[in-house]
Amino acid sequence: MIRVDIRAKSFGDTPVLGPVAFQIAPGETVAILGPSGIGKSTLLRIVAGLDTDYQGSVTRPDRLAMVFQEPTLLPWRSALKNLTLVHRGLSRNSARDMLARVGLADKETAFPGQLSLGQQRRLALARAFAGQPQFLIMDEPFVSLDPATADAMLALTERLIAEHRPATLFVTHDRAEADRLADRALDLAGRPATLSPTR
Amino acid sequence: MTRLGVPALSLTGLLLLWIVAAALTADPQVLPQPFSLIGPWLAEIRSGALPYHLGHTLVRVLWAFGLAMTLGMVLGLLMGRFEGLNRWLDPWLVVFLNLPALVLIVLCYLWIGLNETAAIVAVTLNKVPNVTVTIREGARAFSRDLDAMARVYGMSGWARLRHVLLPQLAPFVAAAARGGVAVIWKIVLVVEFLGRSSGIGFQIHLYFQLFDVGMVLIYALSFIVVMLAVEWLLLQPWERRARRWRAA
Repeated sequence: MIRVDIRAKSFGDTPVLGPVAFQIAPGETVAILGPSGIGKSTLLRIVAGLDTDYQGSVTRPDRLAMVFQEPTLLPWRSALKNLTLVHRGLSRNSARDMLARVGLADKETAFPGQLSLGQQRRLALARAFAGQPQFLIMDEPFVSLDPATADAMLALTERLIAEHRPATLFVTHDRAEADRLADRALDLAGRPATLSPTR
Repeated sequence: MTRLGVPALSLTGLLLLWIVAAALTADPQVLPQPFSLIGPWLAEIRSGALPYHLGHTLVRVLWAFGLAMTLGMVLGLLMGRFEGLNRWLDPWLVVFLNLPALVLIVLCYLWIGLNETAAIVAVTLNKVPNVTVTIREGARAFSRDLDAMARVYGMSGWARLRHVLLPQLAPFVAAAARGGVAVIWKIVLVVEFLGRSSGIGFQIHLYFQLFDVGMVLIYALSFIVVMLAVEWLLLQPWERRARRWRAA
């Protein structure tokens, strides 16, 4: 069970988040909706443990995975190494298997710079699922992709989540995306931002 | 024509300039012709003097280079990563950056004694601040996104250093190393000139007192040849390898 109980978060004197509390059951997918600049990424960074400067508490499992807005790959390492270096216990064969499942079977020796943006995104997805995460966090993983690629990515993500069943938290500003992927959606709104059940 | 041709042609140009200058000078005491040095150069190699002194200088350069790069990288990384530490150490850095090489060398000889340790410490201390400054710039430019990625996925400290941080630092390390070798061997010569009884600097001191321009040139050029070999056979291939992912 993942418990998020944030009482307040501010940058300097500017409050960004008000009381934000929710839980995610194992295998459940929760979407957080909200316009850009409302504090979604700030919330995710707190939930992921990247930002510890806030009031409140977050309970999360050990095996985390995160898909960032940018692919955030190691540009100086091959596609395969981008999986095996990040996950210590991952064998080369399982990594190859994972690459094949996101459609990058023939790209294992390619550097990220040689891949298209869509392929880099898929590599980032492969990296996230390769560690068999208990908790997956995704920060607008489908932005700045053309509609066809975004749709393919969405389908792939749906399939991977169905296979691995991690608890998943993702933020988006696209309600259709949230409806398709998530079991339930929460709206982040206001200033400082608080949660309300979605319409 | 590109990778070997241009440097070869450019060096030939330098040689031609030397020949013309020597012809115009018309006094081998002041500037001998390059080909007139070949005989004495071979004699110096055969007698074992040149390899002996070259070897000593090379060992000192390697020691000082290794120590300066290691210390400079550790300090630069720490100062670039931790602003609090940087605030404390930065004034020291400015002091050491502006301390003349000669002062450090003389002080090391006075305090440690006229020995090998003093020589290597003096050269190392001269170079550490420059390496630190360069590496600190690199450490300040680290990608925050990759940092976040490494933390979320729980990469070990060693894996993070080797696969996330050092690759980002590679261009800065190359710059520090290239500038480093050149400066270090020049300071090693001064150290040898002032207080050692072996090495290229010692030989140059000797032939300076004998007004033997030819021998001074022979010793200096021999070491330059060694440094060119290091540049072309070690440094540049390593750089090409480290930059492979960019070209891809």
